[in-house]
Amino acid sequence: MEAELDLVLRLYRTMAAIRLTEERLAQSHQAGLVHGACHTYVGEEAVATGVCAHLTMRDSVFSTHRGHGHALAKGVPMAEVMAELYGRELGCSQGRGGSMHLFKPEVGLMGTSGIVGPCILQATGAGYSSKLMKTGAVGVAFFGDGASNNGAFHEGLNLAAIYKLPVLFVCENNMYATEVPMSYAAGNTDVYMRAAGYNIPGIKVDGNNVLAVYEAAGTAIKRARAGEGPTLLECKTYRTRVHAEGMKESGYRPMEEIAAWKARDPLKLLREQAMRDEICGDPEFDEVHSSVAGQVAAAHKQAVESPYPEGRDALSHVYYEVQA
Amino acid sequence: MKELTYTAAAREALTEEMARDATIFVMGEGIGKRGGNFNTTAGLFDLYGGVRLCDTPITERGFIGLAVGAAMTGTRPVIDFMFVDFILDGMGEIMNQMAKMQYMSSGRLTMPVVLRGCIGIGGASATHHSGNYYAMFANVPGLRVVVPTTPADAKGLFKTALRGYDPVLFLEHKSLLNTKGPVPEEDVAIPFGVARIAREGHSVTVVALTVMVNRVLQVADTLEKEGISVEVIDPRTVSPLDTDTICASIKKTGRALVVDEAFAPCGIGAEIAARVMETAFDELDAPVRRLNGAFVPTPYSPPLESVIVPSNDAIATAIRDLVRE
Repeated sequence: MEAELDLVLRLYRTMAAIRLTEERLAQSHQAGLVHGACHTYVGEEAVATGVCAHLTMRDSVFSTHRGHGHALAKGVPMAEVMAELYGRELGCSQGRGGSMHLFKPEVGLMGTSGIVGPCILQATGAGYSSKLMKTGAVGVAFFGDGASNNGAFHEGLNLAAIYKLPVLFVCENNMYATEVPMSYAAGNTDVYMRAAGYNIPGIKVDGNNVLAVYEAAGTAIKRARAGEGPTLLECKTYRTRVHAEGMKESGYRPMEEIAAWKARDPLKLLREQAMRDEICGDPEFDEVHSSVAGQVAAAHKQAVESPYPEGRDALSHVYYEVQA
Repeated sequence: MKELTYTAAAREALTEEMARDATIFVMGEGIGKRGGNFNTTAGLFDLYGGVRLCDTPITERGFIGLAVGAAMTGTRPVIDFMFVDFILDGMGEIMNQMAKMQYMSSGRLTMPVVLRGCIGIGGASATHHSGNYYAMFANVPGLRVVVPTTPADAKGLFKTALRGYDPVLFLEHKSLLNTKGPVPEEDVAIPFGVARIAREGHSVTVVALTVMVNRVLQVADTLEKEGISVEVIDPRTVSPLDTDTICASIKKTGRALVVDEAFAPCGIGAEIAARVMETAFDELDAPVRRLNGAFVPTPYSPPLESVIVPSNDAIATAIRDLVRE
């Protein structure tokens, strides 16, 4: 029971950290603190949280343009994520990346990307390193339904399958690639079924149920570490905010659909389930929530107080430089 | 010194470095037991096994992207791509990911990937097996572009590529693969960005790239009899490009011609001419000239193919014209 309580509150803490950081970033975007794009992960927190809860520092995560949640769940400090979007020196990419290029290799966040698809191949490469060096590390790719229609998906899954690599392919199917519905873009909207084409396991899970994601990812990662090869995990979820901050709901998706998914908020679902299972109740969750809120406020303050990088920094690290 | 073919020299570098560094692995089509379409890995499968000599399906974008992720996580992939034309399917992975990864991670990730294989026109290979493209790669910050001409350079530059931390395009002209030359017995790694003076002379500087170096050397022997002394410079790497050696030569000769099988527009010759204008304009007695392959896709039939490549006669004429100018 105590183990269950710890797990539930740990997962809740990570989801709350993502939610509150994203809400802070959305406000900061409106306030002009974010200089470029800002794609939030609101509504999808359970996916990164449930998967990354199984990972250690040596496991690597390769992510997408909607990657703040993956970075936070993998252990990048909130202040470094915020500072990166604010273009500051403290940013995890020292101001070189912004929303779409978060790097913190020290914790295994090997990059979010502005191009849809390559993360699938790079996670496969991390799996290859693991196999060659026998490290036991797992490569994880997070990507959307959009990427599943890209050649990188096919090439990466096939390579991981034939070499039996320790890789977890996590498809966050939020039903829209920007504003293009998956029902328009794919012959079969169930991405997990494509695993059969590579003779690997394909699992479908409710991506708003963090415990379900946690359980499915656990099985897949155990399988990867045991040398049994890759898994495709499709998490059905939904982005409840606009594609990128500053955009408007243009009518490409029904308002009732947004409302229905908001009612299935992953943080709320976890609270309800914990109460049903008599693990804990609102007071415990509220305590975590307000502690995270305090951390987010402090992180934001730290991020805005961080200086901008020196202009001359723009010219370094194009090629390898011997570290001083 | 020993006498080796170009391919054997490069293979020797790979064999030695794979023994020295267990993180190096090779990926490509037919590079396992088969030993490579051009014998680039002959014998290595028996030495190092199938994980380090990894045969791939025909999935260039896939294994180039895989190499990026592998390099990010501590291993050193060598992509043996056979023909440079084939990796165009992976250009996004090369330009957007591989080339930018060190920069975007502020140097916290390294990108020790070697992409090696054939370039060049010849043998009626037609247009999907005869690209050059090194100028295109040299236009991308983050990439190193190596174009060796001699077996010794193939070995020495390959060693540097395999010991460095930058992504390297190691481009081998198919007409050079079976050429022989002396290769040092000892362990020599040749640094990038240092041109080789292939022949000393004082009348005119000719900068030639890959297979054109050998062609220009033949022409230089002929012109010597006419009293034209040709200095031949082989840059060996086009990114970085050693213009100091070129400018020092021009200081002596006052004239420069660039001979390159690859396309002229936005090419290496254009870059050399611009840099010479910027730094050695006062040394010039005549404008820098270029002689390039024709700006066309590569046709198949031998009489069509030969006409698009700078011939010995065309090179000799270009040098004579420049000396008279």
